[in-house]
Amino acid sequence: MNAPTTSHYPAAPKAQKQESHTLSVLVDNEPGVLARVIGLFAGRGYNIESLTVSETEHAKHLSLITVVTTGTPMVIEQIKNQLDRLVPVHRVVDMTLAGNSIERELAMVKVRGKGEHRVEALRLADAFRARVIDATTESFVFELTGASSKIEQFIALMLPLGLIEVSRTGVVAIARGPEGMSSPQK
Amino acid sequence: MSEEMSGAEMVIRALADQGVKHLFGYPGGAVLPIYDAIFAQDKVQHILVRHEQGAVHAAEGYARSTGKVGCVLVTSGPGATNAVTGLTDALMDSIPIVCITGQVPTHLIGNDAFQECDTVGITRPCTKYNYLVKRIEDLPRVLHEAFHIAASGRPGPVVVDIPKDIQFAKGIYSRPKDFAHTGYRPKVKGDLDKIKAAVELMAHAKRPLFYTGGGVVNSGKHASELLRELVKLAGFPITSTLMGLGAFPAADPQWMGMLGMHGTLEANMAMHDCDVMICIGARFDDRITGRVDAFSPGSKKIHVDIDPSSINKNIHVDIPIVGDCAHVLEDMVRLWRTGAKHADKKALGDWWKQIDKWRGRKSLAYRASNEVIKPQYAIQRLFELTKDRDTYITTEVGQHQMWAAQFYRFQEPNRWMTSGGLGTMGYGLPASVGVQLAHPKSLVIDIAGEASVLMTMQEISTAVQYRLPVKIFILNNQYMGMVRQWQELLHGGRYSESYSEALPDFVKLAEAYHAHGIRCEKPGDLDHAIREMIDVDKPVLFDCVVDPKENCFPMIPSGRAHNEMILGDAAETLDEAITEQGKVMV
Repeated sequence: MNAPTTSHYPAAPKAQKQESHTLSVLVDNEPGVLARVIGLFAGRGYNIESLTVSETEHAKHLSLITVVTTGTPMVIEQIKNQLDRLVPVHRVVDMTLAGNSIERELAMVKVRGKGEHRVEALRLADAFRARVIDATTESFVFELTGASSKIEQFIALMLPLGLIEVSRTGVVAIARGPEGMSSPQK
Repeated sequence: MSEEMSGAEMVIRALADQGVKHLFGYPGGAVLPIYDAIFAQDKVQHILVRHEQGAVHAAEGYARSTGKVGCVLVTSGPGATNAVTGLTDALMDSIPIVCITGQVPTHLIGNDAFQECDTVGITRPCTKYNYLVKRIEDLPRVLHEAFHIAASGRPGPVVVDIPKDIQFAKGIYSRPKDFAHTGYRPKVKGDLDKIKAAVELMAHAKRPLFYTGGGVVNSGKHASELLRELVKLAGFPITSTLMGLGAFPAADPQWMGMLGMHGTLEANMAMHDCDVMICIGARFDDRITGRVDAFSPGSKKIHVDIDPSSINKNIHVDIPIVGDCAHVLEDMVRLWRTGAKHADKKALGDWWKQIDKWRGRKSLAYRASNEVIKPQYAIQRLFELTKDRDTYITTEVGQHQMWAAQFYRFQEPNRWMTSGGLGTMGYGLPASVGVQLAHPKSLVIDIAGEASVLMTMQEISTAVQYRLPVKIFILNNQYMGMVRQWQELLHGGRYSESYSEALPDFVKLAEAYHAHGIRCEKPGDLDHAIREMIDVDKPVLFDCVVDPKENCFPMIPSGRAHNEMILGDAAETLDEAITEQGKVMV
């Protein structure tokens, strides 16, 4: 440990516990803003587990980016500060730290099968409150919303029943209570 | 105050409205309309460089020595890509730059057109912000916003990429009153409760020190004055990073010299052993901290920085204060005075005794010679012969840069222009051109190495063209000295590709450029030669032939803490500190 090296750079830090955090990033909806955010993550070696982005306030040209990332608490703080200093970023809220947020994801799940598998898939979809949005004689596409864990669980159950493919939106999040992200600060 | 004009005219008009006097640039197809607009006016003087990298470094030197925004104009494609090194340099060292790049016409963007490149894509990670202007209506706002963003908060480079059709297009020019980017509001006032806590901590410190950086210089002259006041009031020792030199006068007894990898023993030992560290406008860079887990283990740390992302990045601090140095220092001085704070006199006395012991080791000492010019001696003589003049120093990157930082004793801020963060060889010569332009009556010296200076040597031609009498003082050791030093100390003396083979005759080179050349090889001739360099009213290439084997000490060896420095005389004991492990990391 801490053996002297022949490098002029400090040694890599010891592995620390990684945490997963959901960040809501309110940005100006301008060309290149997503590239700035993603480029920051890529350039500084941060992780992106999931990313969603869409315009949320048309009149103000504001978009909301929800990004799920992992890192040590120090790295998570860095990510927030680095994001915050990007010029088109208005606000960064750590939904995980704030603690009172709701997170949802939408998934479309294609399953192919006949006979008992088909019936079982429908039954499970019903239990998960997934909707059938496309059907053929040998396939279904289910639409499902919920927390990521619920979607994971549903996909795991569909696997033996003929899962073909999955398309997921990634996590979106919103804080509980009356306050909004773009409400005036201070 | 709205007027109709072309996009190209708007560019020059906006620069003039921003008070820009000098613009460093190089023409090309995609900026010809702007060059046409330059031709038709005399408010903004264009300085023709020889390479776009030189334009940005010149603008950096200009900005760093004046506190103003440096301005650059380059063409599309290769013009923009050549500017990238300079932009990255400015970003790392927080230098305010506005760089205008030409772009192919909007209908050709993405078409792999002649001299097209994705300028905003390429420069996104190496600028504070950048714009591609696709509508003439946006141009006046963007131009002024660029200056605002470059200069405010933590300064940095901003690129404005303007397609050629937008330069031709007619529009209404007016100077905007506010900024569209409502998300961009740098915090300049520090949190008063935290400043109070910091002052309280300082008042109870037994082994305190100030550790300051380039942020104090960026914050303006007033910040340096306030820093001096606070340091005097408190009576604490002070050290500074490479970028912060000059904010506190080196002649002051409280000054401990630079800290970090090639800092003084006293500065680094004090960093390691202090109980309260007051970091102002510095960022705990890896050249400063050495081994992070052994960095100043027993201290409470106060960190003042305008950029929240600099805080808790490398080192956890106890009292983070987000704000501009001058504002926070002003509050600190006021609170210290009104609270009638006093440092613990007895403890501070003991601390100073300890520091004097470290000073007694004379960590900057070197073996003098009558035969060969020692590089340290050359800098010392240069300092002695120029200290009473109005002098600005730039440097390239390497051993000579560290020796300049160690031996040239700066008394004032904005007098020292060097590439710290990026470590760009070739910075110093074009930077000196920018500095000389901003300070035509001053003595501007680039302390250079023979390898670095060849990277941007062509800019001596710029200096000659504009009659800028910059002095390029080359410590010629015929090696990429710092590379050779690392190879000697860390790679078993295998000097792979670090010898400067086939060097030009710098005196003849100077003559070829219509500049003045001087060569000096003997210590006894040095003073006379330096005086000649100062007296010649022309750009000078001074070939100072120095000891090729001299190493830069003291030095924190790899993977070691501040209290494990090696000094010059102890160099031979370094071998035991070396293992094969970690070579891959450089």
